[in-house]
Amino acid sequence: MTSGLWELVLHGVWVTIQLLVLSSLLATAVSFVVGVARTHRLWIVRFLAGFYTEVFRGTSALVMIFWVFFVLPPAFGWQLVPLWAGTLALGLTYGAYGSEIVRGAIAAVDPAQREGGIALSFTPWQRMKLILLPQAVPEMIPPFSNLLIELLKGTALVSIMGMGDLAFSGNLIRLALQESAEIYTYILIIYFVIAFLLTRIMRGLEKKLKAGVGRTPTPKTDVEPKPAETTNVGGAVR
Amino acid sequence: MKWDWSAVSDFMPHFWDGLLVTLQILVLGSLISFALGLVWALLMRVPTRWVTWPVGAVTEFVRNTPLLVQLFFLFYVLPEWGVTFSALTTGVFAIGLHYSTYTMQVYRAGIEAVPVGQWEAATALNLPLRRTWTAVILPQAVRRVVPALGNYVISMLKDTPLLMAITVLEMLGEARLFSQQNFQFTEPLTVIGFAFIVISYLASLALRALERRLVH
Repeated sequence: MTSGLWELVLHGVWVTIQLLVLSSLLATAVSFVVGVARTHRLWIVRFLAGFYTEVFRGTSALVMIFWVFFVLPPAFGWQLVPLWAGTLALGLTYGAYGSEIVRGAIAAVDPAQREGGIALSFTPWQRMKLILLPQAVPEMIPPFSNLLIELLKGTALVSIMGMGDLAFSGNLIRLALQESAEIYTYILIIYFVIAFLLTRIMRGLEKKLKAGVGRTPTPKTDVEPKPAETTNVGGAVR
Repeated sequence: MKWDWSAVSDFMPHFWDGLLVTLQILVLGSLISFALGLVWALLMRVPTRWVTWPVGAVTEFVRNTPLLVQLFFLFYVLPEWGVTFSALTTGVFAIGLHYSTYTMQVYRAGIEAVPVGQWEAATALNLPLRRTWTAVILPQAVRRVVPALGNYVISMLKDTPLLMAITVLEMLGEARLFSQQNFQFTEPLTVIGFAFIVISYLASLALRALERRLVH
């Protein structure tokens, strides 16, 4: 492979990382807003949050990407830059998975902590901000780490829409060289290295956050359940 | 937003074709991932690192890289090596392989959850290794993990549209073809988006019913 082709690969890596950072930020925001909304005391808020989760988790990320690229522009009369369209589709889809993580971690905080907050007459918002979230967030990091890897794998989907990410550069180089084994091996290895680095970063973050609430990280487990898919519309807190 | 019901009815025949292909991919892919995942899980228990390290490394690699690129790899590289399959076969194999690296974790957890007394009983009864696995451990392990496997089938359903990228005409492929021929993007894409939500919702209900049956 010539240096020009390697430049193409590097550009692809850059686009993939941009997309990963932007969509993971959006997904995190969506996860927390929707996840916290699912513990709200008004049923309509819980219902809407649960409905959002079911819809965006129920459909395929690729279908969502197609929808954002092809249906939104004629429907609303404006078109997004590909990078933002990709960010929107991936962020909303993976945010729905993330909201389940947030909801589960909040529900897993010792009930006595919640009762303590009530006894001290904290407002619900104070309880969430000062008591529940500081304890729940460190527990969310391992599942979020797995979700981040899923999101990294999801970013490859935008190449189908012609966005110049890593997988797309791979396709261009295959066409240029008429030879697939080598380039696809490199592309797969680059994805694997990015995933490995992300896992390391998330483990560092977990350690730091757990030290903040006086706990030690859970020992590494290989079991990485993809987010469970068995909740009902309705958003009742289970 | 313009919504044209006649486009929906024009699309429906293509939709059923696509649905059939999607379900085909799903069923065959699931079977491959269930079988292969069990093979990986059993190989990981072989007491020599000459087996466990390569298997662990390969499955870790497959699990942490995008299915889309794996599809391209198999679709374009295998013919270069003189092995030619149809796009559908390649896609089914790729998706089955990818998900087998998830199901192996599920099986592993299930095998580890079998109480140690069962192993001891099998040893006490002097059962050969083969019968220990087939008659004692696996029946209990698999029963425990059926709901978790079902979750991966639902995940797999949502990854079937990726096969469109290697020319398989499943639901999304049919929708794209139809849109490009008729310049109507809204209706077909919305129909299949809705279909995905409905199918995965029904599947999760069925799964929960199955889970309840298995528990009691």
